[in-house]
Amino acid sequence: MGNDALSAEVDLSHVDYHAVQQSPEFQKLRKTHRSFVFPVLAACLVWYFAYVLLAVYAVEFMSTRVFGSINIAMLLGLAQVVTTFAVTMWYVRWADTHFDPKAEQIRDEIETGVFFDKADEGVAR
Amino acid sequence: MLHLEAASTSPGNPWLNIGIFGAFVAITLVIVFRASRNNKTAADYYAAGRSFTGGQNGSAIAGDYLSAASFLGIVGAIATTGYDGFLYSIGFLVAWLVALLLVAELLRNTGKFTMGDVLSFRLKQRPVRIAAAITTLAVSFFYLLAQMAGAGGLVSLLLGIGDGVGQAVVITVVGGLMILYVLVGGMKGTTWVQIIKAVMLIVGAGVMTVWVLALNGFDFSALLDRAVEVAGNPAILDPGLKYGVSDLAKVDFLSLGLALVLGTAALPHVLMRFYTVPTAKEARKSVVWAIWLIGIFYVFTLVLGYGAAALVGPEVIAAAPGGPNSAAPLLAFALGGPLLLGIISAVAFATILAVVAGLTITAAASFAHDIYASVVKKGKPEPGAEVKVARRTVVIIGIVAIIGGIGANGQNIAFLVALAFAVAASANLPTIVYSLFWKRFTTRGALWSMYGGLISAIVLIAFSPVVSGSATSMLKTEGINFAWFPLSNPGIVSIPLAFLLGWIVSVIDNRREDPAKQSEMEVRSLTGIGAEKATHH
Repeated sequence: MGNDALSAEVDLSHVDYHAVQQSPEFQKLRKTHRSFVFPVLAACLVWYFAYVLLAVYAVEFMSTRVFGSINIAMLLGLAQVVTTFAVTMWYVRWADTHFDPKAEQIRDEIETGVFFDKADEGVAR
Repeated sequence: MLHLEAASTSPGNPWLNIGIFGAFVAITLVIVFRASRNNKTAADYYAAGRSFTGGQNGSAIAGDYLSAASFLGIVGAIATTGYDGFLYSIGFLVAWLVALLLVAELLRNTGKFTMGDVLSFRLKQRPVRIAAAITTLAVSFFYLLAQMAGAGGLVSLLLGIGDGVGQAVVITVVGGLMILYVLVGGMKGTTWVQIIKAVMLIVGAGVMTVWVLALNGFDFSALLDRAVEVAGNPAILDPGLKYGVSDLAKVDFLSLGLALVLGTAALPHVLMRFYTVPTAKEARKSVVWAIWLIGIFYVFTLVLGYGAAALVGPEVIAAAPGGPNSAAPLLAFALGGPLLLGIISAVAFATILAVVAGLTITAAASFAHDIYASVVKKGKPEPGAEVKVARRTVVIIGIVAIIGGIGANGQNIAFLVALAFAVAASANLPTIVYSLFWKRFTTRGALWSMYGGLISAIVLIAFSPVVSGSATSMLKTEGINFAWFPLSNPGIVSIPLAFLLGWIVSVIDNRREDPAKQSEMEVRSLTGIGAEKATHH
């Protein structure tokens, strides 16, 4: 990140974090974050426990041979690996395009003081 | 194919094994000494000056995470109990999504050195830090025991040292080396040992995987057929051989699955690695690297496990010194003779050494930073005193690990590690998640959740069939039986209990935490403002 050198010098002791937290920009960032990570993680955990439950309670189904001696259990196990990789890449893409720019903008604005100047100009504050 | 003259003697050449291992130790020691030159401040000692890149740290995480349980334990479990062993691999891998999505970046943004930094950020410092240090020490202790027990078992196979005294000497040597690495190298040295080990382990396992597949014409199905033929049991390809035997075993497996998938994001030595990179973005990159490396490795374990079943045979493995844990080294011997056995053994030793070093520095940092500097010295230790205390703690933890390792010698490694996961998921995860995502969470809620999770997990383990009641339990006799808890993994009870305690106690707690701190933590965790910077030399 380009402004590491700058931000190391910034004094943050007087930042009003409560005001930042209540600002629409931050609330939007928070919503962006939660509406991605919570459902995606929930889906991954459901998929994982579905696999575990199948392995424990649906042994006959899991033992069905598909290619030669390779059975559904092995294919589903490998599918877990593939989905883990896929979700990882999806998350990185999402973070790079949807999350990081917003987070960086808020951080830069706080560090340079622009954030609060903007807030002061805003109505009903 | 494989000629084991007598089960009690080592296959291969013990001196060759010692030579290859000695070369590894010599090379890593030189690197550790070179890396340690810049160890001046606490940030250098605990967090390697936050100077590692995402790729380096990701490799180190893989090196930290792929412990003896992953390599020796899972390959052995697949070779002897078939598909059920592979379920460990999947749980250990999927668990990383919890770390990636929920924890890694937010933790990097709000903490400094330890898990206690994050947990006590907006709660009362003293009690929460003490609790965090206690759970860190407890989890690290279980994990250490597993690794040291693995070292003892491996030695009996590799060096042909069968008697208890000889194994105790080797455990002491491993412990001594680990103390040296951590004392001299700090986090930087430890990280380099983990990176080197990760590369050796993944390359070694990769070569063996390709070799096993090549012997079967790159036809995985043919390999499976051969494994079935040698084992004389087609059921090794299907789930249920180990965990499908009874209704109780099935619930036990669910409990294990829960602990595995929720434990990773709460392991203090994994969490601490996120502080060795300069930014949250690098923390994310390191988890991505780690997921790729760990995922590829676990796919190898499937081939290696069935390869060991096909080329060595489950009966030979079970009868070998070290039992199922010797499957991977025996497979190496079947493939490449004494030389490959020596190399793979050195890799296995390196694995244990690197993981033990990572655990030790985590436990020492937690004691010195959370208890000594923050609680005893109220956040104002004299310059240099904190690192001094950390170094002394390393020596004490090393000695405890050696004694515990000698005591735990012969116990099942994968099982001990699964217990560490259960304790971590119960004691730490609820508090980590609540303090990052739930505004109403209070100090009392955190303490009830952490102590409740820790105590329930440990009590349930103590009264489980693993400790007493059968010849295969820790007490090794049917005569003493106080196993009133029927499951061998406590996760399914203790993890929901800890989440529930944290929630209920916070809701009925009439004391409110400082809202300004909550605002600061939330803003910092998401935007990265005010996060600890890399140190420059």
